[in-house]
Amino acid sequence: MKNNFSLLIIITFLIFCFVIFYKGLNNSNTYAPKVKNIKSIPVFDAKDFNSSAYLNSQKIFGEDTFYIVNIWASWCVPCRKEHPLLMKLSKNQSIRLIGLNYRDNFDNAKKFINEFGNPYSQILIDNDGTLSVEFGAYGVPESFIIDKNKKILKKIIGPINEEIVEEIKLLIK
Amino acid sequence: MLANQIGYYSLILGFLFSFLLCGISIKDFNRSGNQISQNILSISFLQLVFVIVSFFSLVLSFINSDFSNETVFNNSHTTKPLFYKISGTWGNHEGSLLLWLLVLTLFIFLFLIKSREQPKKYRILTLLFQQVIIIGFFLFVLMTSNPFNYLFPIPTEGLGLNPILQDPALAIHPPILYLGYVGTSIIFSSSLAAVTQNYVSKEWGRHIKKWVLVSWVFLTIGIMLGSIWAYYELGWGGFWFWDPVENISLMPWLTLTALLHCIIVLERRAVLTSWVVILSITTFTLSMCGTFLVRSGILNSVHTFANDPTRGIFILIFLFILIFLSLGVFFLFHKEDNKSKNNFFWLSRETSILINNWFMMYFLSVVLIGTVYPIFLDIISSEKISVGTPFYVKLIVPFLIPLLLFMSLGPRLKWIKSKIENKNSLIITFMISVMLSFFIIKNLTTDLLFYTALVSAAFFLFFTTVKELFIKKFNNAAQSVAHFGFSLLILSILFNSILSSEIITNIKIGEKYIYSKGEIFFKKTEERKESNFNSIIGYFEIKDENEKTVELKPEIRIYNQPVIITSEADIKTTLLEDKFLVMNFVKGDEYFNIRYQVKPFMIWIWISVLLLSFGGLMSLFKKYEK
Repeated sequence: MKNNFSLLIIITFLIFCFVIFYKGLNNSNTYAPKVKNIKSIPVFDAKDFNSSAYLNSQKIFGEDTFYIVNIWASWCVPCRKEHPLLMKLSKNQSIRLIGLNYRDNFDNAKKFINEFGNPYSQILIDNDGTLSVEFGAYGVPESFIIDKNKKILKKIIGPINEEIVEEIKLLIK
Repeated sequence: MLANQIGYYSLILGFLFSFLLCGISIKDFNRSGNQISQNILSISFLQLVFVIVSFFSLVLSFINSDFSNETVFNNSHTTKPLFYKISGTWGNHEGSLLLWLLVLTLFIFLFLIKSREQPKKYRILTLLFQQVIIIGFFLFVLMTSNPFNYLFPIPTEGLGLNPILQDPALAIHPPILYLGYVGTSIIFSSSLAAVTQNYVSKEWGRHIKKWVLVSWVFLTIGIMLGSIWAYYELGWGGFWFWDPVENISLMPWLTLTALLHCIIVLERRAVLTSWVVILSITTFTLSMCGTFLVRSGILNSVHTFANDPTRGIFILIFLFILIFLSLGVFFLFHKEDNKSKNNFFWLSRETSILINNWFMMYFLSVVLIGTVYPIFLDIISSEKISVGTPFYVKLIVPFLIPLLLFMSLGPRLKWIKSKIENKNSLIITFMISVMLSFFIIKNLTTDLLFYTALVSAAFFLFFTTVKELFIKKFNNAAQSVAHFGFSLLILSILFNSILSSEIITNIKIGEKYIYSKGEIFFKKTEERKESNFNSIIGYFEIKDENEKTVELKPEIRIYNQPVIITSEADIKTTLLEDKFLVMNFVKGDEYFNIRYQVKPFMIWIWISVLLLSFGGLMSLFKKYEK
């Protein structure tokens, strides 16, 4: 009797796991949470990718324009997928792309940029991932859209796609 | 072209032979006699041959850069060195699954040869359970990930192998790891067969222990190779990152380690049968679960080759079929141990092994929850979280202290009923360890109490195992070596994490950078021309506190076809520490950017893991004393 009961519990649990995993598979990897409290960008100092100089966030976001902060890494496979779209976005004059190189090997990151092109007006190094955490990031890739008042308008988790590009274009109009 | 066809058709033939094997086995099952029919052996061998042919056709296509094959086109390039052309075979989803199949069929054939003294029905049932797994993988390969897809028109050049995969450690990491992973499938099948035949006994324990050891050794080395690769190539500045994929390889290792210890009890006392069976099932399930999580794209990581949902669904369904099958078998056939035998005296070898199991289960649940919980939370509440290193460190590291202490005491206990012998010498060893670690830690870190406790526990295990090795005259050397390796591993990891340092700066030729512990002198650069790249070599002299000088020569390579700039780090490894230096151009400037790291005891991490697996090997080749 006791045996049957435990069997029942195990089976229920397993079916539960199955359903979760099954749903997880069909879930899109991209997802944009609602930003409940509109947050300002954090104040920070970060190291520049090219010059290794430390830059202040006020200097980085100094222009009166829209910014996209994109968290990427050379080892991240979905980043490769979204990269051409970022290149496209970078041609848009009313937007600046800031790359946040997340826990990456510097040489590999350089190779990555040499190979796929550089859509960023500035790349910052985030070696231990703390900067990304300050932005409120969950992983790589992730993008934050920042308006002229330096508030985070939208956050996109996972690689961006054509739809999101259109949405971004609408937002910055 | 031809190789492609041959590979594809021999794969299909191998698949058909699975059914033939099942048919003959079922017929043979009720035949009288103690030996299985010779036909089964021959067909199993033929199946292996077909899979080998198929695998080597793929290797050949890679060597010949036959871009009419889609897998080759996606993952190879004509200019790659031969070594990486070959390793490219399993550096992708399709090829690596073919390797799975190869190891699966190889192991069942070896099992049939090596189990001649075992009961016939048990052997046939093992074969049948294994064939269920093999058929599943054949279907998976043929339906969703055929490595022999044909491309027309034939491309003239391939897309190339990801440069971070072009590393010697990574080239052999997958095959070794697979030998470990897939080895657990044999343990799974045979434990199911043993349960149905009510054969979970001392004899079975002795026979299956070899397979457990083989899988364990390969899994240990496989994980280590992955870690070496992450250290040298990924340059994340360490060797373990609690990345989901790393966790996934660690989980079966934990259950397999627990299983290994249970088997030792089983072969002596014929108890803990439920533990053994459940651990065998869990170990393989976790390996499969790992394959699912990595290959389905549910997790994003370095190992996610392709996001194809149909593949994910296939493995998911297959995984749950196997879980339900094994659950069914377990609940229908398994008989509990004799109750009276299961009452262990509190101070005995059995109890200490049981304690070890509970530690392993605890570590397993921490790693499992940390890895899977984010997925569950995402689905249920659309909330995304990520679980990082602090979670694992906080939950695992403190529990290493009691584990290390139990590891030092447990093996000294006798079976059934025991008392602690040589109490005085143990106490003295313990005092020495505490004092030694106190004096080392005092100058190094702020958290004195915690680190002293941890390091003393590790030293305690270190000294007791060393003593055992010499005093007991290699009586139970395998165990001592493995435990010694483990203590060394913990010690090297601890000191490595406490003592590592890093310097990043910009420097130009002829300049000297002086920091608190020494100085870096940039002597000169030298240019060299090779056929496919030009390189700039920097000569650096680094002086440390003791006025000792090392010369490091990092390199910047400019490849010509296509133009890619790469930096080659120079790593000087000594017994005490690794010195790591890498340099880069700074845009439009005469300065170079350098990163200099000192990582103490790096090499001891690898050595101790090798010792750990060497302990396993010794146990494998140990003659049975009786």
